Amino acid sequence: MVLQIAQALGPVDQDYLLEARQMQALSFAVHIPLVCFGVAFPALVLGMEWLGRRRGDPLLLVLARRWSKVMIALFAVGVVTGTILSFELGLLWPQFMATYGDVFGLAFALEGFSFFVEAIFIAIYVYGWDRLSPRAHMLVGIPVVISGFSGSLMVISVNGWMNHPSGFRLENGRAIDVEPITALFGNSYFWHEMVHMYLAAFLVAGFVTASVYAVAWLRGRRDRYVRVAMAVPLVVAAIAAPAQVVVGDWAARSVARNQPTKLAAFEGLGRTERGAPIHIGGWYDEERGEVRYGLKLPKLLSLLAFHDPNATVRGLEAVPPGDRPPVNVVRLAFATMVGIGTLMAIFGVALLVAWRRRRALPEGRWFAWTVAALGPLSVVALVAGWVTTEVGRQPWIVYGLMRTEAAVTGAGGIPVGYAALAAVYLALAAVTAWLLRRLARAPLEIEAGDGCS
Amino acid sequence: MGVAELPLLLALLGLAAYVVLGGADFGAGLWYMALPGERHRRLRDHTYHAMGPVWEANHVWLIFVLVVVWTAYPRAFGSIFSTLYIPLFAAALGIILRGTCYALRGVVSGPNEERVLGVIFGLSSLLTPFALGAAIGGVASDRVPVGNAAGDPIDSWLNPTSLLVGVLAVATSAYLAAVWLTADAERAGAAHMTEAFRRRALALGALAGALALGGLAVLHSDAQRIYDGLTSGGGLAAALVSVAAGAATMVCVAGRRLEAARWSAAVAVGAIVAGWALAQQPQILPGLSVDQAAASDATLVALLVSIAIGALILVPSLTLLFGLVLRGRFDESPMQLGSLESAGRPAATTGPRTTGPRHPAGIAAAVCAAVGGPLTFASDGGAGLVAGVILVLAAVAAGAAYLVPQVAVADTDDG
Repeated sequence: MVLQIAQALGPVDQDYLLEARQMQALSFAVHIPLVCFGVAFPALVLGMEWLGRRRGDPLLLVLARRWSKVMIALFAVGVVTGTILSFELGLLWPQFMATYGDVFGLAFALEGFSFFVEAIFIAIYVYGWDRLSPRAHMLVGIPVVISGFSGSLMVISVNGWMNHPSGFRLENGRAIDVEPITALFGNSYFWHEMVHMYLAAFLVAGFVTASVYAVAWLRGRRDRYVRVAMAVPLVVAAIAAPAQVVVGDWAARSVARNQPTKLAAFEGLGRTERGAPIHIGGWYDEERGEVRYGLKLPKLLSLLAFHDPNATVRGLEAVPPGDRPPVNVVRLAFATMVGIGTLMAIFGVALLVAWRRRRALPEGRWFAWTVAALGPLSVVALVAGWVTTEVGRQPWIVYGLMRTEAAVTGAGGIPVGYAALAAVYLALAAVTAWLLRRLARAPLEIEAGDGCS
Repeated sequence: MGVAELPLLLALLGLAAYVVLGGADFGAGLWYMALPGERHRRLRDHTYHAMGPVWEANHVWLIFVLVVVWTAYPRAFGSIFSTLYIPLFAAALGIILRGTCYALRGVVSGPNEERVLGVIFGLSSLLTPFALGAAIGGVASDRVPVGNAAGDPIDSWLNPTSLLVGVLAVATSAYLAAVWLTADAERAGAAHMTEAFRRRALALGALAGALALGGLAVLHSDAQRIYDGLTSGGGLAAALVSVAAGAATMVCVAGRRLEAARWSAAVAVGAIVAGWALAQQPQILPGLSVDQAAASDATLVALLVSIAIGALILVPSLTLLFGLVLRGRFDESPMQLGSLESAGRPAATTGPRTTGPRHPAGIAAAVCAAVGGPLTFASDGGAGLVAGVILVLAAVAAGAAYLVPQVAVADTDDG
């Protein structure tokens, strides 16, 4: 009886599967940029404090202190949006949770502890300015950096498992012989996702922070405070950007090996081909099973996916139409991610070369505009990356084993819930934008030690 | 108690912690709304500040409860969430609104904006505990059957027991907050504020106590099983502990023994959770015992081991945080503001000592990148790939260590 789990809740008919998926996607899209700040920002803040104390430079300490206040506010919102996600796992996908909760749940328990530790020490850190000794203050910052990393590691291990399920046996549609540790951490598919996301966190936190100060610079604030506040996160992101290309290549090869259908959707490859091409632009025509009106680059897909221009790449036709993801969504998201990622990598290399030549960052309006644009673009690339892997996994929630339609709730009201959630998030976005605009217009001055009340 | 029950016990401990710590926080939100206008500014600021350092940690308890339940009792979790989707979604909306108001509080200006924020903050502080309580009421009154959305979507939470538990959750939250805010105000030496919250604590204590005792009548007619459980055996013991602790709190608050009142109020509220659990056992849902709902042993053991390891880190961390808060180390103190000089004192090494082009971190970054990049690119798995990826990450770290100190001093002259 104990193992009577799979489909134990009974099959249901859900008319609003697409809305349920969109609702989940919306919640992720709101949460994931905040995660980047939870993962990468603590390292930046702590590095600033360390440097400021070592040099006795009050400006760097003011910067670290201000950033730490932003950090805790973003973390507070991240706690909230993360709670929403855990609610939705039950509200929208009860069958998935009931069937496989015991296979992957452990990772969420560990993530819960990471979250706890981060919440505790982020509070001590932010409220501890001036109240703890400098050494103690920097020490309490270290658990924040570590738990930010470990928390995302746990969550991504679940995503890796959903994409490449292992660590259990299926018998009559039921998961038995569950080995949660193997399922989560013995998974060959999970590590590239983890490293890719970890670097993405630094790209997003770095470029977004730099873009805020680039806007301030464009508005005429050109003192050292603004320049340092822009330069530090910018060089961190600039270094991470080329590294992300190498890691992204690794990720693409893993997908090619483990999820050939997803890879085929990346490029809209209908038929299995030797020396498969890449198309730039155009769209995938399902009837013909090929990309139309795109610029064809021969053999490039084989080269990228297998590092061999003549390798055979499996096309979408290898699986029945019902097992293929929505190709154009995946293809557009993938192109967006790769396009912006390439742009960021070129920018990063150019910045490093410029620094090597002149020992100074470029100046001028075009440069500030570029930096200002890279912040939002990095968030777009981040979300596009998640769309690539998550929509690319469809129609499966557990790849090859459980369809998303078999996981969904039988409850009504999904359109109402989706509309309510979208309205709330839109209203919050509007209020935040309005407040930020006002902040940007208000005269900024460096207050000498702002309290953290 | 076997391996199947232990996770449930831990989840209930987490729930009790959330009801007490998160509850006090919701209560503070209610008081924030209930104290409008310039006249109450100091009380309101006190309320907000008291939440500050523990806000995030208090709300992680809920996540802890959810993950333990879905890992250890996946079928019960799926059934509860699919039937009780209306109150749970309402709670989720409340959590979003509340968290955003909390984060935005420092940015709004002017009495009108603050008033709007206070009302949204207060209403969401009302909605969330009520909705969560109503959901628990549905489980307690056996209205959630096993299955994907198998229960009635309305009656499962709009029923006498749910309303009772929902209202009780709001009342205990406001009560706990009032007691704790009184103690905080006394510690801060604010006599007027202490008096203001003390009166409110006494009133809310009487209200919450009356609700809890009067609620037994509701349970008698609507949830006979829970009523029987609470009037006999372990359930009765827990109920008596709650009553005794509640009475002791009233005595302590009346007699100004406020630090003791902090603890007894927490016990009074926590014991209600214990009483419910004892009355409800051994069934989680109708026809689904704890043993039947439990995941496989391998999962349960792995979960318990990781909770044990997690607790080794968590308990000292929480002790540190609450120790600092309860000792008043994070209380507002105007004198501490603007002491930047002391913060910037350790200026042992000054100047751009690290800017030489031959800095080892720069060389390390270049070497790691030159080796790691091609290695990652060329490896299809195994040790080569692992080494390559580690080298690439090391290159990023070393590169940042090399460049950040340089750009941070790049133009000191005009600063």
